[in-house]
Amino acid sequence: MPTGWQDILDLGTRDATPAAVEEAGAEQRGGMFKRLRESLSKSRQALADEISASLFDRLDDETWERLEEALILADAGAPTTAKVVERLEHEVESGAVPADGEAIQERLIEILAEVASTGRAPIDLSGEPAVLVMVGVNGTGKTTTIGKIAWHLSQEFGLSVVLAAGDTYRAAAAEQLAEWAQRAGAELIRSEAGGDPGAVAYDAIDAARARGADVVIVDTAGRLHTEGNLMEELAKVRRVIAKQMPGAPHETLISIDATTGQNGLRQAKVFSEAAEVDGVVLTKLDGTAKGGITLAIADELGIPVKLIGTGETLEDLRPFDPHDFARALLA
Amino acid sequence: MFDQLSDRLQATLSDVRNRGTLNEGDVDAAMREIRLALLEADVNFKVVKSFTANLKERCLGSDVLQSLDPGQQVVKIVNEELTELMGGAGRDLAFAPMPGPTVILMAGLQGSGKTTACAKLAKHLGDSGKDVALAACDVYRPAAVDQLVTVGGRAGATVYEKGTEADPVEIASWALDRAKEERRDVLIVDTAGRLHVDEELMAELTRIRKKVRPHDVLLVVDAMTGQDAVGVAETFSEAAEFDGVLMTKLDGDARGGAALSVKAVTGKPILFASTGEKLEAFERFHPDRMASRILGMGDVLSLIEKAEQQVDEDEAEDLQRKLESEQFTLEDFLKQMRQVRKMGPLSGLLGMIPGMGAMKQLKNADVDEGELDRVEAIILSMTPGERADPKSINGSRRKRIAAGSGTKVVQVKQLVKQFDQMKVLMKSMASGTPPSPQQIAKLQAGGAPRPKIRRR
Repeated sequence: MPTGWQDILDLGTRDATPAAVEEAGAEQRGGMFKRLRESLSKSRQALADEISASLFDRLDDETWERLEEALILADAGAPTTAKVVERLEHEVESGAVPADGEAIQERLIEILAEVASTGRAPIDLSGEPAVLVMVGVNGTGKTTTIGKIAWHLSQEFGLSVVLAAGDTYRAAAAEQLAEWAQRAGAELIRSEAGGDPGAVAYDAIDAARARGADVVIVDTAGRLHTEGNLMEELAKVRRVIAKQMPGAPHETLISIDATTGQNGLRQAKVFSEAAEVDGVVLTKLDGTAKGGITLAIADELGIPVKLIGTGETLEDLRPFDPHDFARALLA
Repeated sequence: MFDQLSDRLQATLSDVRNRGTLNEGDVDAAMREIRLALLEADVNFKVVKSFTANLKERCLGSDVLQSLDPGQQVVKIVNEELTELMGGAGRDLAFAPMPGPTVILMAGLQGSGKTTACAKLAKHLGDSGKDVALAACDVYRPAAVDQLVTVGGRAGATVYEKGTEADPVEIASWALDRAKEERRDVLIVDTAGRLHVDEELMAELTRIRKKVRPHDVLLVVDAMTGQDAVGVAETFSEAAEFDGVLMTKLDGDARGGAALSVKAVTGKPILFASTGEKLEAFERFHPDRMASRILGMGDVLSLIEKAEQQVDEDEAEDLQRKLESEQFTLEDFLKQMRQVRKMGPLSGLLGMIPGMGAMKQLKNADVDEGELDRVEAIILSMTPGERADPKSINGSRRKRIAAGSGTKVVQVKQLVKQFDQMKVLMKSMASGTPPSPQQIAKLQAGGAPRPKIRRR
């Protein structure tokens, strides 16, 4: 059973299963599988030559080398690739996994899904209000992701959402978020261009409390993780939020572009140091890139992917399912 | 992680000197280190494979066998081969015969930084005396036209725009007519970011290209791109028939192996590098320097060039004397720091210094522009006497300085201590003996264990 929205949200004491969600969920599930398969079909094609059950029919050095090659081409990185392949090889050699093509491939998918699941936990929306902060490098799709999350929470779960336009740097960011707020039926709190992002977050939590809203989602300006002063600003926004509401933010997500290579690991690490990142939103999976860097991020930093973006439409933001992901990579 | 490739190679090949010859096992071990370094830098796996295969043959040649320092020799060969693969001597833009205009078409994925790159290229060409115009053909992203108008204006270029209602092909054609009428030297056509698998938009790109018949088509590539750079480049090569590549976001800490992949699979050279937020953060691409960056060997030449543009030579000589004679004061330090900051964000500069990649991991050398502001404030709160002789700063003076600069006493103390440490380091550098890679490596605790990747 693939992961649905209701499986990845911790809504606390809120009534989380309105009828509409069940219906929409059932309908979407088929759609989601299809979409994920479609979006990954190109990478599948490329990998089909590399990885299929028949690869494991003959077990020699070349078999493992080709497996390594496939994982590295998916951007999983050398350390994680070596770990996965060594483990599988060891299990096969020790007889723990039968030396049968199908069985080995199934086990490979299990291992990959297990790595991708490192540190897996639901998106914590149990707070009242729950505060979610979105961070990431420029151009990775933060604002769009926020718009889509707000839409799902509001339209499918009937939650009231307040959006905080904390990207006060990029001129059109607040306008872009305003459009999303309108579509999702969420309230938008914003300031003048160049305003203090901490103050925007503060006001948004205030507004959410006054109106009894369920969730506050804070947008932040995109920044390169090598810009120390901007990373410090992010830490400050976090401190302002924690002061305003002890225990908040309850969830911090980083957006990572699927085409990103090994630098994605640095991004996740440095952002996590400044803003204690709980999960990854893997965006732009509709190209040919496989987003394998998220395997390395989960493996080395224990930060799991929670959502994936596979296109422009609202339905194209999906809960991350480790098995689907592994299978789609290798099937 | 691979900042110290040359150290690693030296370690791997350390016992070779005693034996005097490189055997196949030695070369295989060296190739493994190189392969890992290149993969870590996001060079495409297949490119790495063929690269190391060629490299191995050359390394097994006699010139290495007779070399006294095999590790260094291998590094040298790697660097030469990488530079060669990266584009050899490089290529310039192709300009139209007079009266012009020269048409440059820009294409790339979403979020790769096309619009900013357009403005930077406009400024770059404008600075060399060209009259540049920009055509705003990204009608899909809401703020793209406004953004081009703003940054294009800042770059001193004329921007031709028709809002977001018109057809991009029509806008491009109309802009070309205007550029001809107004006798511009160059027309740069900005296009919308598009996914290479989006057939409709790729077809539109082809239509724009056929309409304006550009002299140069540039593909804009994000330096952080991973293995997929090859697929992207191949598809754009078909639809846009690009002539060269413009790399962006090289101010981050990505090694930029995508540059090598794109060059290797399409044969198209990298022409320009974009290295920061400012319009000036843009330069011609130097294959040899990029090779060093991918290998983590620093980019000394670019740094020297930057320094030459910004630093007054007399002052530099004066500084050199002071460094050697140990008369370097906090006042000089302040002056120096301001000079250096004029060159751009420090993180960008540090990456260009060999060995600094490794040094950066030291806590105290971590670059934080806010920290530099604090340092300036602290020094400005000192009396001239204190700046000349930091040793005179006692407890009560520290308190006064901290209060004056809005910092803490411990921060003042730390600055003076760091200044002392730095003086020692700078003295050795000024006298022409930079700290050896071994010294730097020693400063690092252990380092990460090497992943085991099979030999191929």
